[in-house]
Amino acid sequence: MSAREEILGRVRQALVDVPASDSTEVPRDYRRSLGIDRAAVLDLFAETVSDYRATLHRSAPDQIASAVAAILAGQGITRLAVPADLPDDWLPDDLDVVVDDGRLGAGDLDAVAGAMTAAAVGIAQTGTLVLDAGARQGRRLLSLVPDYHLCVISADDVVGSVPEALGRLDPVRPITLISGPSATSDIELSRVEGVHGPRTLDVLLVE
Amino acid sequence: MSRTFLGLPRHGDGGFPAAAHEALADSQLRRNLHKATTTIRAKRSAVVGELPDWEALRDAGAAIKERTLRHLDVHLERLEQAVTERGGTVHWARDAAEAGRIVGDLVARTGSREVVKVKSMATEEIGLNDSLAERGISAYETDLAELIVQLGHDTPSHILVPAIHKNRSEILEIFRREMPSVPADLTDDPRALAMAARQHLREKFLSTRVAVSGANFAVADTGTLAVVESEGNGRMCLTLPDTLISVVGIEKVVPSWEDLEVFLQLLPRSSTGERMNPYTSLWTGVTPGDGPQEFHLVLLDNGRTRVLADTVGRQALNCIRCSACLNVCPVYERTGGHAYGSVYPGPIGAILTPQLIGVENAPTLPYASSLCGACYDVCPVKINIPEVLVHLRGQVVEHKRSARTPSPEGVAMAGLAWVLADPARLERAQRLGRRGAGLLGRDGRIARLPGPLGGWTDSRDVPAMPPESFREWWRRERLGDA
Repeated sequence: MSAREEILGRVRQALVDVPASDSTEVPRDYRRSLGIDRAAVLDLFAETVSDYRATLHRSAPDQIASAVAAILAGQGITRLAVPADLPDDWLPDDLDVVVDDGRLGAGDLDAVAGAMTAAAVGIAQTGTLVLDAGARQGRRLLSLVPDYHLCVISADDVVGSVPEALGRLDPVRPITLISGPSATSDIELSRVEGVHGPRTLDVLLVE
Repeated sequence: MSRTFLGLPRHGDGGFPAAAHEALADSQLRRNLHKATTTIRAKRSAVVGELPDWEALRDAGAAIKERTLRHLDVHLERLEQAVTERGGTVHWARDAAEAGRIVGDLVARTGSREVVKVKSMATEEIGLNDSLAERGISAYETDLAELIVQLGHDTPSHILVPAIHKNRSEILEIFRREMPSVPADLTDDPRALAMAARQHLREKFLSTRVAVSGANFAVADTGTLAVVESEGNGRMCLTLPDTLISVVGIEKVVPSWEDLEVFLQLLPRSSTGERMNPYTSLWTGVTPGDGPQEFHLVLLDNGRTRVLADTVGRQALNCIRCSACLNVCPVYERTGGHAYGSVYPGPIGAILTPQLIGVENAPTLPYASSLCGACYDVCPVKINIPEVLVHLRGQVVEHKRSARTPSPEGVAMAGLAWVLADPARLERAQRLGRRGAGLLGRDGRIARLPGPLGGWTDSRDVPAMPPESFREWWRRERLGDA
């Protein structure tokens, strides 16, 4: 008998006490939304993102490039990797840009100081950015290998709760939830930012 | 110290009590544990307090798990189909040896002699690193705590923070001894230590072509797998290599995508005490041009169907490995994880391990608890650990009763039953006992009972016998018959 047949057989044997008609109901009385208005959701997002030692910046839609320039100047970064479909008007003129056309290797990205991407969804309750490799986000390794990540998110894409966020996502895409920079608490439970992922995370909220 | 399979308890014949005795004598260990568990308890309690719907989330989480387990065959077949449709390959492993063989074959087929690993309890449970080593394949742990444990030739002592038993200076010593690239001026500052690990592993991430992971959840409807982590080592392993092999216990399946909205709230708050862990990776089969182009899912039984067959004990399979029960447990806080002699330590280990390997192979673990119930209170999926502990104690007694040579405890209990069955016998026994016990009692306590009963008093005092029994008092006072 194959392992598959044997394991499924054992499972069925183990469940002989369960009647065929069994249907345990799942109570879903938890909150789907936070019940607060848009402005409060964005304020909460700013607060929870900062709480994770990411830095939150805000900008108007037509000011993105200048906001990016100011943020990068603060970090001393002059060269960034970006996905091929990142809008040109998000990029300051004097920035040295490495475009990921899908052929860059991890080693190439390791040599770049940072990356800039958009995000699909933001979650106010937890300070989380969700990337799903969709428009303006690029492949997963883009926001992973470089030591610095600047993530641009539109206020329209910020939701209050985890259930609201998952409801917006397509499960078959490769999805990464990012809450603050890489961190470890493995040594005496004292939190250290930056182990293998980007050590610094800047978030630009566009509203 | 070498790693052993779950099937072979790491401690000797003395079981948990003997190992706990040894651990209790290690004052450094107790300091490390006290500091860590106190810190994490406070963090968990603060973030759980932020959610007004925490109890509703627990109810939902427990019900989803219970319902899934009750129809596990259906969900596993759906998961297999969904993963296959998205370009993954599903394998089934009856036990640790078979899982090790499957992973070893898959790695060998790629031609690679090394794999990078995401921290995973399932691969720990099946002793995967050892079985790969036997085939000449090196497995590199990439989680910082697992790396500390691996470089220290040690074993994990906590589900979430495997190196919780080591403090910074002990870790510095391990790095200096075992890490070739370690900077000469490395200090015991946690940040400096973490950066040394980053340096040490960076090259491995960029060059290794095969990764091995577990998964926190597997969604049956969509075929999506989830890995919840903090450091980014998980993302590195799940993204950079060409081939990804995930070893996942059959109880990790959840029916639908919607169910993740419950567990992604319950797990981080219960485990690290964060609103959300820094990184969660979700992937479904393979995505052309992004991440590993070959994906294998190894579904692992290794005793889980045995647990499932026990209608009381099966709730242990609800566990999402958050480790909240370890962090509140007064027994764990004092003995540490190694005393449990099992990959799964603490309260969850005390109920899971005996069921996975048979109570007769871990008869002391159901007793590694004071039954205080703190573990039940914090469990995000409402596993009634005290209930299962008592149930398993019953099984241990049953097993001992069926053994050919009666145990001293069994003889004592049979004798006690005989004495209690008859009032006259009880009175005679009380008189006799008082005469004997009078010699042992000091300040109203008996510090050590004689003979085989001494085991009971090793860790507690017994009140000395009163000068007269209630029956004697009643006769003297009320019936005038003294």
